[in-house]
Amino acid sequence: MSRLLGTQNRTLWFWVFVGPFALGLVLFTYVPLAWSVYLSFFDAHNTVSPTDFVGLDNYTSMLRNDAFTDSLVTFAVFSAFIVPTTFVLSLALALMVNRMRRAQAFFRSVFFLPAACSYVVAALIWKLSIFNGVRFGLANTVLGWFGAEQVAWLSTTEPPWYWLVIVTVRLWLQAGFYMILFLAGLQRISPTLYEAAAVDGARPGWQVLRHITLPQLRATSVAVTLLLVINAFQAFDEFYNLLSDSRGYPPYARPPLVYLYYTALGQGQNLGLGSAGAVILALIIAVVTVGQARWFGLGRKED
Amino acid sequence: MTISRRTLLATGAGLGLLTACGSNTGRGGGGSGSKGPRLAQWYHQYGEAGTEQAVKRYAAAYDKADVAVQWRPGNYDEQTAAALLTDSGPDVFEVNGPTLDQIQGGQVVDLTDLFEGVRDDFNPAVLAPKTYDGKIWAIPQVVDMHLLYYRKILLDDAGVRPPKSLDELVDAAKALTTKNVKGLFLGNDGGAGALGITPLYAAGLSSVTADGEVGFDDPAAARTLGKLRQLYADKSLLLGAPADWADPSAFVQELTAMQWCGLWALPAVKKELGDDFGVLALPADGPDGRPALPVGSYGAAVSARSDHKKEAKEFLKWLWIDKTEYQEDFALSYGFHIPARLSLVKKADKLKEGPAADAVRYSTEYGYAEPLLWTPASRTAYQDALSRVIKSGADPDSELKSVVRTVRAELARTKKKP
Repeated sequence: MSRLLGTQNRTLWFWVFVGPFALGLVLFTYVPLAWSVYLSFFDAHNTVSPTDFVGLDNYTSMLRNDAFTDSLVTFAVFSAFIVPTTFVLSLALALMVNRMRRAQAFFRSVFFLPAACSYVVAALIWKLSIFNGVRFGLANTVLGWFGAEQVAWLSTTEPPWYWLVIVTVRLWLQAGFYMILFLAGLQRISPTLYEAAAVDGARPGWQVLRHITLPQLRATSVAVTLLLVINAFQAFDEFYNLLSDSRGYPPYARPPLVYLYYTALGQGQNLGLGSAGAVILALIIAVVTVGQARWFGLGRKED
Repeated sequence: MTISRRTLLATGAGLGLLTACGSNTGRGGGGSGSKGPRLAQWYHQYGEAGTEQAVKRYAAAYDKADVAVQWRPGNYDEQTAAALLTDSGPDVFEVNGPTLDQIQGGQVVDLTDLFEGVRDDFNPAVLAPKTYDGKIWAIPQVVDMHLLYYRKILLDDAGVRPPKSLDELVDAAKALTTKNVKGLFLGNDGGAGALGITPLYAAGLSSVTADGEVGFDDPAAARTLGKLRQLYADKSLLLGAPADWADPSAFVQELTAMQWCGLWALPAVKKELGDDFGVLALPADGPDGRPALPVGSYGAAVSARSDHKKEAKEFLKWLWIDKTEYQEDFALSYGFHIPARLSLVKKADKLKEGPAADAVRYSTEYGYAEPLLWTPASRTAYQDALSRVIKSGADPDSELKSVVRTVRAELARTKKKP
């Protein structure tokens, strides 16, 4: 018995602390995950215990489905845009806040606060009061001062104004959080490095940023990029709340999760097809994440 | 291999994990108390005040079972679809359907025998989509419909008469558009969702024909959808309104001169505008066209997973077939609906004059009900195509061709099943 508990009951305490979490993870993540893979090989309309095995049919029809492949393109474009933009913006904010002599804590909090706001609430504010399409919306009021025509921000596809709404709401929500990460990274850089650079004749500004600050921020940058990419993959809340209506979702700016939500969980209830899409998406995310980790040398010993 | 959901949940509950997070589904142990078994009845959230109290009053008046009403806000269709997969769902529930897959999947109970002697008293248009394979799977509660509302005074000022054809509607919407008021509101998506398949019927076509074939493989369909694009290209459409088409706010706040909305909005519109409004069906298009508007109904159904199917059916028969005074109260006292029973429509004084009378007449003359074979997958494909035609000016002909392919595949899939 005592061998089972380990010295000082360590084994016991290990399971007391880890057990509930591991159990939850298995029950609420791994079981549904495996179940979803199982469902993806069946014709599972309105059932989670299907009997009609269809092999890879769900996968082929999903990959041949233009709506699904379009949604993959949508989110690739979205990530390619939102990741660098958020990165640059939060780094710029961090550099500026870091240079402040006074009221640094105040500005840090001000920029961080939006991160505490829910995506749903922010999306509704953006949709209903800032970017609504009628004359009393905030954006249209501003346009009205300059005599410009009203714009139906979320309903116009040419030009695709809806991206402006989606990107701004995400930037507003996220930038502050990543700014804090960068700030922590900046404060870890030893001042002696800057002093040495100044002695060596490095000009303050771009040269110092390029050769001292950015290389020193490498670990933070890698973490931020990974988090941003994963966040972009998981895009759902603001898209759904900005663009869906009682009758469905428009065929543009439709991320894969939103498309699968309607396929599997809407009235369609095609759980087999939806699961196949989810497995494809998961595989893509896995490949991209592993590739990215390789590229950045994540997990390799820091030199 | 069949691992039932029940086994899985039992395992979870055995671990003592799920007991704490199970929400109250309204289903008790059953058999307790003098009123017989406990039945859980689900409704979606109606917007009109008093509806919730009314349905609870009806349920409390039933003496053969203890009926617990659940009023469920949020995405009701998704909630019921998920709940029907488990044993913790409702016994009786109202459903915007049931869908073909729910019927074929055996999720709802056959209710045909409840209709003995009264079948002819139900509005045939709304009973048809509840019928599959000669059996009836839900009892229509009330008839709802969509309508085109127009402001008389704004039309008079612009010298426009109520449109009699789709072309006239396009012209009228353009003439009515000013700097601050748009001509027509078809929903923030430009009409793809709200109008749906109605334009096909206005062109004299259909989504799926009575014998189960694609009903719009015809050049007339593309021509009609092209006219909806014209409305968008003319900038006659209100887009991005704070409240979407199902809410009459945009219409009564004078953001638009005409709006596609539902019969449910009629009391609110009348309260704000008095007699200064009229209603229309979607005007006809082309030589074979006729005006069209969708009629539909929420139906009351029994879950096949219920432990008390017999009692649940008895309750539904009592509420939606025998108790006509409750049906009348439910249809007309809160919000505004047409009773599903023809005998009740004849008695309803509220429906005898003004726009309400027009609406009732349109519902019988021009109303179509979405066919059961128009599955969610078909609807999504069609709605996506319509949105691309309206907003991006995609070629209606080629868009519709690809929709026809999807719908054919769906029809073939549903025929394959027993």
